[in-house]
Parts: sequence; structure tokens; C-alpha cells
Amino acid sequence: MSTSPIVKISGLNKWYGDFHVLRDIDLEVEKGERIVICGPSGSGKSTLIRCINALEEFQEGEIVVDGIELGPNLKHIDAVRREVGMVFQSFNLFPHLTVLDNCTLAPIWVRNIPKKDAEATAMKFLERVKIPHQANKFPGQMSGGQQQRVAIARALTMNPKVMLFDEPTSALDPEMVKEVLDTMVDLAKEGMTMLVVTHEMGFAKEVANRVVFMDAGQIIESNTPQEFFAHPQHARSQLFLSQILR
Amino acid sequence: MTDITASSFVRQDLVAERPAPVRTTGFIGLVRTRLLNSPTNILLTILGALLLWYTVIPALKFLLVDAVWTGTDRTACLPEKAGFVVGACWPYIQAKLPQLIYGFYPEAERWRVNLTFILAAVLLLPLLIPRLPAKGLNSGLFFFAFPVIAFFLLHGGGINGFGLSWTAGLLQLFDDSVIGAGQGLVGLSKSSAIGPLLWVIGNFIVLVGTAIQWLIFPLTWLRGQLQAGGQSIWIDFAITTIVISLILFYLGGGMRTGWRALASSIATFIGIAIVIKLMGLDHGGLPIVTTNLWGGLLVTLVVSVTGIVTSMPIGIALALGRRSTIPLIRIFSIAFIEFWRGVPLITVLFFATYMLPLFLPGNFSVDGLMRALIGIALFTGAYQAENVRGGLAAIPRGQGEAASALGLSWWKTTSLIVLPQALRHVIPNLVNSFISLFKDTSLVSIVALFDLLGSLRASFSDPVWSTPSTAFTGFAFAGIIYFIFCFGMSRYSLFVEKRLNVHRRN
Ligand SMILES: Nc1ncnc2c1ncn2[C@@H]1O[C@H](COP(=O)(O)OP(=O)(O)OP(=O)(O)O)[C@@H](O)[C@H]1O
Ligand SMILES: [Mg+2]
Repeated sequence: MSTSPIVKISGLNKWYGDFHVLRDIDLEVEKGERIVICGPSGSGKSTLIRCINALEEFQEGEIVVDGIELGPNLKHIDAVRREVGMVFQSFNLFPHLTVLDNCTLAPIWVRNIPKKDAEATAMKFLERVKIPHQANKFPGQMSGGQQQRVAIARALTMNPKVMLFDEPTSALDPEMVKEVLDTMVDLAKEGMTMLVVTHEMGFAKEVANRVVFMDAGQIIESNTPQEFFAHPQHARSQLFLSQILR
Repeated sequence: MTDITASSFVRQDLVAERPAPVRTTGFIGLVRTRLLNSPTNILLTILGALLLWYTVIPALKFLLVDAVWTGTDRTACLPEKAGFVVGACWPYIQAKLPQLIYGFYPEAERWRVNLTFILAAVLLLPLLIPRLPAKGLNSGLFFFAFPVIAFFLLHGGGINGFGLSWTAGLLQLFDDSVIGAGQGLVGLSKSSAIGPLLWVIGNFIVLVGTAIQWLIFPLTWLRGQLQAGGQSIWIDFAITTIVISLILFYLGGGMRTGWRALASSIATFIGIAIVIKLMGLDHGGLPIVTTNLWGGLLVTLVVSVTGIVTSMPIGIALALGRRSTIPLIRIFSIAFIEFWRGVPLITVLFFATYMLPLFLPGNFSVDGLMRALIGIALFTGAYQAENVRGGLAAIPRGQGEAASALGLSWWKTTSLIVLPQALRHVIPNLVNSFISLFKDTSLVSIVALFDLLGSLRASFSDPVWSTPSTAFTGFAFAGIIYFIFCFGMSRYSLFVEKRLNVHRRN
């Protein structure tokens, strides 16, 4: 079984009204693989990873996460979401709850874990993202980088098999980008399967097994980071890289 | 000139002592910096002082200085008798106080009203103080147990059945109306163009009704047996307790984790049993005081508290319905809200009181106060729905997405993430509606319910107390009472707002 991919996207097509956002996407992610998705703005990167945990519906194709099948009718939506954690560009912490409550909410209400145990687990993950001392603060009282690390801890408390990151550092000041990236590198070293939409090419070079380049709703190129950055094959990838690595 | 920027510095001339700057704190400071610091402000200060002089002084003079404090009838408050221009006539309020509080509630039974007030205070105050524990139990008692107890206290009467009988009765009522509808259709089929179709559908419905009758037969039979026996209520009660507790035990997780649910269920039923026994509900209860005898502050509080408490769930449900993706729910919510917002409260009350009885089937009558309560609850609910919707609109989409991504269902997302934030945003608007509802309760006096203001106006016609200042005194008194309640709500809401919004202070 270990050879079957943990995420398998086949023939995925999605339209917003008449606008064809995702076109014939095929993507397989092995367990423990780290994939960086990049591409110009509006190319459908966010839409793609949001399809994986059913935040977006799609019209054609199939997504299988850890053997659970998610078709266009989004049947096993709850089961899939339990396996997939997500970190957003804008953090989306719950502002009316303390950091600790943010991290225990889902374990308590979705997994029915007793409050004591949930808090112990949450503290463990907060320690891992290096903010155990701020557990009783409210999100509004923290810096952007700290908030994003809490968001990562919050997603981890549900023990996901796959983590999705949608531009986790784009809303952060440069000096906070590093602390969040470091957290993600740690996570990668522990063997977490990760799909990361990011423009942090340094991160891609350091941890990614594969870089997927998207444009106009399609996967244009998919390669190892070394190959992709050194010898981009497609004209659009070359243009994109020349713009981003000025 | 000393040059501090130079790397070495030696002071040449010492700084001489200077007088302190003009004080900006304390009373003197306030006068100097805020009241008299510019020609415009001096003018405004004078105007303000004049305004105070011409309003506060006469008010105090009327209420306190020129007031008459003792007396037994109107003569004490007549200027000719008192020998001065009489202000407030307080003995009149004192004499009419019972009427202003209880209306025509029989004197011998007024302890029941007092007991209800005390019970309400004892349950409400701890609920309002955040530091006190057991909010869950407390709110359960206030929002669910208290209304029932208050009903039997204020209205009186007993019960002649319990869960089992009620369920049987409800099912029977439902079944009877199904069969009735079927027979109606069959009757129609004789004179209609699509007669055969109606005949078939009608008979089918009758058949279904009869089937249901057989299904519920064990229940109705049991009810018949119980009613025939003597201690029917208690047997019924025991059966209900066992059935409900077992269901909760099963839902709570059975042998593994269901024990807590079982224990709390049994405890609740023991509580109910004690109340039934204490109030003698199993044999008639307290003497019945019909609602047309209720009046004064009692009616004002019953109407406003019921309105406030029931309008919230109605408003929240409608606001969520209005944003629903299911067209039927959305259209219903919009139509409901727009209808109730489009008609004046007076119309609603008139309709509920005088027209509704004409539409309802003959043997189905709803108490007058109850009708007004329902009207006010729905009316206020529609307003609260729009307030809540404002709060819902202020919640970024990312909040719901983050909750969904964590696996929370729609219900849990709404109740744990969206609503708590939305309601905090709109506390001022909600309380605004509460306050206006509290004052609008005086409109019930146009449908022959005597609230505080209604009782007051009724008391004006008493010749024993007719003096030139009676009406002024009465309105001043009512104004003070209304002000105390509304100001209290307003201040409390500020406190709650501050407390709940700690997270927004950075
Ligand atoms: N709700 C929507 N309705 C219609 N079109 C949409 C909607 N959401 C996104 N789109 C369009 O779909 C396309 C893909 O959007 P998406 O957010 O996936 O882009 P992206 O690759 O993540 O871009 P960025 O790097 O700017 O985040 C864009 O052209 C966008 O305008
Ligand atoms: Mg995006």
C-alpha cells in the first residue's frame, strides 16, 4: 500500500461560471512528499489546493485523499477534511478565542477529545512552533509571524496526514517570513506531506521534492527544484523565473 | 548659548526657577482648559449653565422641594389647603402603588407576584455577574425552568397529565387533522371538475390517517388507562422519566459515557417532581388568576422580558435563514422579516387581539396576553434578525473557511465561530432594540392590557386623588421607573461589551 499516492488528483476541471479556472489537472503526491506550487497571480494555485479539502467544489474529475474519494458531489467531505490541514495567507485565527482555545476547539468538537487531553496536545504543538508562553493571549495581541505559527499549530492538532499551505508568508513582514519558513522546514524534516503554494524560491530549493508550475489553470511544468530552477523547459516557466529571480 | 551637540559639555548659566504651568487637572484645571479657554467655549458654558438652571432646578423643585410627602387623599395636595404651590403629590403614588405594580391582581394572591419577582431576581442576578460559576445550570434554570414555574405561579392551575399524555394528545390532534383534511378532500370531490383525483387523494390521506391511528393506538390506550386510574400523573411522570432518561443515556454513549447524561436527566426530573409537589400541580395547583386581572409593572415586565428572551432566538434563526443557500428558507426569512418590519406594532397588536380570534377555529382560543406576547416576540424578532444580520456580514469569509478546514460542521461553525463574533459586534444594536421594546410595551394598553402606564392612566380618573399635580406626579414616577430599567440595560450592555471585546484591545 505504501506505493499508492496519498493525494491523487485526476482529470480535475473547474469552472467559475463560464470561466475555466482549472483544466485537466493530474497530480499525484506520495506520502512524505513536499510539493511547491508556483505560478503567476490568477493561475489557479489557490483554487487547486482549496479543492483538495473541498473548500471549493469542482465539476469534473476526482480527488482521492488517503483512499477517500472526493468526487464532484463532494460526498466524503468530512472524512477528507479530517485528514487534511490547511494554513491560509490571512491566518484566519478565531479572534474571539485565546491561542490555546483556537488549538483545542477542533479536537474537542470534531474528535470529541476531553478538554484536558486536547489542551495537553495543543501545548505540545505550540511548543513545536515555539510559542508556548503565549497560549493565553488573543490572536490580535500577537505579531503576524506568531499568528501564522499558531495557525500551523492549530492545523497540526488534528493530526492531519497532509498539510496545505496557501501563500503562508505573503502577508508577513520580511523578518517574520523566516520564523514561519523555519517552522515549515522543521515540519518537512519530520516527514509531513506538504503542498505549499509559495513564491519563496529559497524554501522550494531547500525542502521541496518537486516544483509544480501552473499557468492559466493548467500544470505547465513539474520537476525537481534543481532541474526546474536551472533548466526550466517551458517558455512560460522561463519567463516567470526570469521575472521572479531578477 | 549652550551647545549640547558638542561632545564635551559644561553648563555655563544655571536654569532659574519658573512658575508651574497652568494646571490642567482637577476642577480648576477643567474650568480653565475646557470651559473658559476661548470666547466660543465661554459662550457655550454660559448657555449650558442656563440650560441646567432652567431644567434641573425646576425639576428638583417639583420633585423634592415643593412636593407633598404625606396625606390620605387629594386635600393634602391641593394648593389651597397646603398653602403653597404644590409640586409632586407623593401620597398619591403611595396610595396607588399596589395598583401600579399588580394591576387588579387579587390582593390575597399578590404574594405570588412577589415570589415570581424574587425568583427572577435570584436567578437573573448571578447570570449577569460573569465571575460567578455554573452559568450553564443557571441559564438552564432561568430560560427554561423559570418561565414554566412563573406561569403556574402567576396564572395558577395544575396539570392533568405529563409527557406520555401530552405526546399522545399531540399525536392524536395531528392524526385527527390529517383524517379531517382527507375527508374534506373527499367531500370536495363531489362538486369539482377533478373530482376523481381528489377522491383518490382524499381517501388515500384518510387511509394514512387511519394507519397512524393504529400505530399510536398503544400510546392512546395507555393514556386512557392512566386517566381512568387515580394517581395518573405520577405514573405518567415515572414512565416519561424512564423513557427520556434511557434515550439520553443511549444518545450520550450508552454504557461507556452515557452515565453523566443519565444522571443529569434523572436529577432534572427529580427537580420537576419537587416543583410539581411543592406547587400542588398534581391536584389543581394554585387558584387561577386570569390575565385580564394582571396589570401594572407586572405586565410591563412579563411582556418585555418574554419579548427580549424570545426575540433573540427568533432573530438569530431568521438572520441565518436570510443568508441560507437554500432558496425556500431564504425566501421565507426575507418575507417574514419584511412583513413584520413593514407593519407598525400597533397594527400587530390590534390584529393579534381582535382579528386573530375570528380566523382561528371556534374551540381554539389563545389568551389575550399570550396573543400580545406572540405578536411582540415576532415583531421584535424581525428587528433583531436585521441587527444580527449586520453582525454576520461583518465576519470575514476566512473564518468560516478555517472552521470548515478543521472539520467543523455548519452548525458547529455557526454556533462556535460565527455567531459569538457576530453577536459581539452588534451588542449595542441588540440592546438598543431591547430598550425600545421595553418602552414599546406601553402600547399593549391599546388592546385592553393595563401595563404600568395603562394602570397609571386608569388611576388618574380616581376622584379621591384628582388634584392639579396628580398627572404630573404620575408621569414623573413612571418616567423614573422606565429610566431605571432602560439606563440599567444600557450600562450593563456597555460592561458586557467591554468584557467580551478584550480580544480587540491590542
Ligand atoms: N469566486 C470566484 N468567482 C469567479 N472567479 C474567481 C473566484 N475566485 C477566483 N476566481 C478567479 O479564478 C482565477 C484563479 O484564482 P486563484 O485564487 O486560484 O489564483 P492564484 O493562482 O491563487 O492567484 P494569487 O497568486 O494571486 O493568489 C483568478 O483569475 C480569479 O480571478
Ligand atoms: Mg492565491
